[in-house]
Amino acid sequence: MSDIFFWVFSVMAVVSALSVVLNRNPIYSVLSLIVCFFSIAGHYVLMGALFLCAVHIVVYAGAIMVLFLFVIMLMNLKDVPEFVSKWWHFGAAGAAVAAMVFGLATHLFQSYNPRVIGDMQLKPIAQALFTTYAVPFELSAILFLSAVIGVVALGKSE
Amino acid sequence: MIKKYWSGIAASLVVFCLFLVSISVFLRVYQTGPFEIYLFNWFSVGDFSVSWGLLFDTLSALMFMMVTGVGFLIHIYSIGYMHDDPNRGRFFWYLNLFIFFMLTLVLSNNFLSMFVGWEGVGLCSYLLIGFWSSNKDYLIAAKKAFVMNRIGDLGFILGLLVMILTFGSVQFGIVFSQAGLLPIGHISVVLIAILLFVGATGKSAQLPLFTWLPDAMAGPTPVSALIHAATMVTAGIYMIARSHAIYALAPDVLTVVLWVGVATAVVGAIIALRQSDIKKVLAYSTVSQLGFMVAALGAGGTHAALFHMVTHAFFKALLFLAAGSVIHGMGGEQNMYKMGGLRKLQPITFAVFLVGALALSGCPPFSGFFSKDAILLAIYQVSPWAFGVLIGVSVLTAIYVARLVFLVFFGPLRSDVHVHESPLIMTIPLVFLAVLAATAGIYHPEFEWVMVIITVSALAMIWWVTYSRYAVQVKDDRSDGFMSLDVVYSAVIVRPILVIARGLSTVMDQIVLDTAAKELGQTVVQSGESLRRMQSGSIGFYLWMITASVAVILIGLSIWPF
Amino acid sequence: MIPTYSYLVLGCILFSIGTLGVLIRRNVVIVLMCIELMLNAVNLILVSVCEPVFVFFIMMVAAVEVSVGLALIARVYRKFGTTDISTFGQLKG
Repeated sequence: MSDIFFWVFSVMAVVSALSVVLNRNPIYSVLSLIVCFFSIAGHYVLMGALFLCAVHIVVYAGAIMVLFLFVIMLMNLKDVPEFVSKWWHFGAAGAAVAAMVFGLATHLFQSYNPRVIGDMQLKPIAQALFTTYAVPFELSAILFLSAVIGVVALGKSE
Repeated sequence: MIKKYWSGIAASLVVFCLFLVSISVFLRVYQTGPFEIYLFNWFSVGDFSVSWGLLFDTLSALMFMMVTGVGFLIHIYSIGYMHDDPNRGRFFWYLNLFIFFMLTLVLSNNFLSMFVGWEGVGLCSYLLIGFWSSNKDYLIAAKKAFVMNRIGDLGFILGLLVMILTFGSVQFGIVFSQAGLLPIGHISVVLIAILLFVGATGKSAQLPLFTWLPDAMAGPTPVSALIHAATMVTAGIYMIARSHAIYALAPDVLTVVLWVGVATAVVGAIIALRQSDIKKVLAYSTVSQLGFMVAALGAGGTHAALFHMVTHAFFKALLFLAAGSVIHGMGGEQNMYKMGGLRKLQPITFAVFLVGALALSGCPPFSGFFSKDAILLAIYQVSPWAFGVLIGVSVLTAIYVARLVFLVFFGPLRSDVHVHESPLIMTIPLVFLAVLAATAGIYHPEFEWVMVIITVSALAMIWWVTYSRYAVQVKDDRSDGFMSLDVVYSAVIVRPILVIARGLSTVMDQIVLDTAAKELGQTVVQSGESLRRMQSGSIGFYLWMITASVAVILIGLSIWPF
Repeated sequence: MIPTYSYLVLGCILFSIGTLGVLIRRNVVIVLMCIELMLNAVNLILVSVCEPVFVFFIMMVAAVEVSVGLALIARVYRKFGTTDISTFGQLKG
């Protein structure tokens, strides 16, 4: 059963990701990205990370993607050229990506050790966040605060 | 009044206190034998550690007493001599610093802290030679003294290194006891002996490094008396005497030491014969007398050398101070051909100078007779040839001393200066030193009547001959630059080095280095130009570079894993 | 049964698609979205090796990054009237 869901979610994620990259209309790109994020959330459920799934949907689909949609709809993006102009740009980009993924794969496949089942429930995460990772947690709070101030300052009209 | 003299008085008091300490130390050493005081651990590197400590034995206690005693008298004298110098505070500061370093040198219980004192007295010598810094020649003389000393110091340093490599220590006790276990002529001992002797030739003005000492007379006369006659230049003698345990194992080096000393004695005496500057005569005489001491050390006559060192300290300091009194009275004039007849104008100075002169020429019963006698005796037992040469040098000594006395104090005054006797503060130390110079010999009253008769008759003849030449009618036989080894050094060493340096500066500096620097700069500029184009502001290109760089790093890491 | 390396492979595919999008798209908004895609690919791999805390922090930073990034883009759009990535070259000091 979970096999079938894995393949379904995987295909959905890859197709929608490609759609994000290849679609000429930014609105469609955003919508494809939302689909992609939901399929990733499905993977989280498959791995038993229910809390992370919830956070993921709230943060990405609920907040970030709304923000994207909002910005895109505010702007008139019709006359932006969507792709790089010259053919060899595609070639160079493809070569660089292939090389990077190859490099990544040589490292990751040696040390990859999946442990799907485990303490990915809310309580252990919260405990880790407020004990072991208390300082980074507080720092990220400060990061949020500075982001809020920065966004307000940037968004002000001159 | 007191304000004008306070720096001198304070400095003198300090040295006087030290003199009292030295007497008590000497008495204790005399009664209970040598003792050591551990001060602190200086540093440790691995197994090698150096502690700072004071060693009091007969040798160091003797030096202690000599340095502080003569030093005290010279300090007192300097109060009068330097009374109108605006920088006398600095002068006494340097003088006291010198005493400090000299005592460090003399009282150390290891070679390394001795070397600290060794360098320190060199520094003070440099500072005091160039004390009147408005005169450029004096500064050059100071620099020369410093550089010449550095050549010797290099030998000392190398000797220390060999010593550390051989014995793993620089403490006198450990080094000497371990050296005693080595066979005679052992290579490292010979090497140490030679290198230490190179150090001694620098500091004690032996051939070939003695040329700095005559130039060092640029300093104030008390400095010449203290540093360049009585104490610092005897540091080399002290060092060799201190390490006689090492030299005893290197008989070949001792022979070298003997003949270097003899050669120095000869050269110094010959040059002294033809000088016109009163201080230069005394300076070359010091070189010559140091040659005597080194020769005695080379002959194994350590006691004779030290005995002569002490008596020489007394009478040469006396002669320098008396010469300073003459110069003071003549208003700064140092040319002997412009002096004359001063015995009536400066009677006290004349009297003490005569005592010093007789002691220097080795006239009984003055101290110089006994010490020079001891040296000649010690050398006769080793090498009759060296003995014969040194007898000749003694005759030369008597001649230049007589010439000096007659030119300065007899005949008519050959300039129109109003000469006056020096103040009491200068003459009293002179009288003290004269008493010492006259009587120091009685501590070692071993002599033969034959020697007394020969010496007295020879001296009488010499003084009679020279009297007619220099007192009745003055024979101008000065030839100041004639025998100067500086010319030889300049031709043999300095010029070739300059030529090589010029050549190197052309080849290395202008061609190789300049080209390299220019090319390097050009390359950097050009590569900067081409790299600048990469920073075009195109975000797309930046992103591509980031991706490609990550790829390169990752693949590189998998090829060469760190 | 899900194969061992399946999540790693999926993450790598999504990551390379995201990188490709970053490199070939000229609209900065889409570039930002592709960066989000890359971050999620990494998150997916991290969840599969059971590192939930890192995932949590990455989400936080992503949220911050998107909000500031979009604010910047809006600002640039107001100034130049476009979100073409080549106009950002004119921002160089």
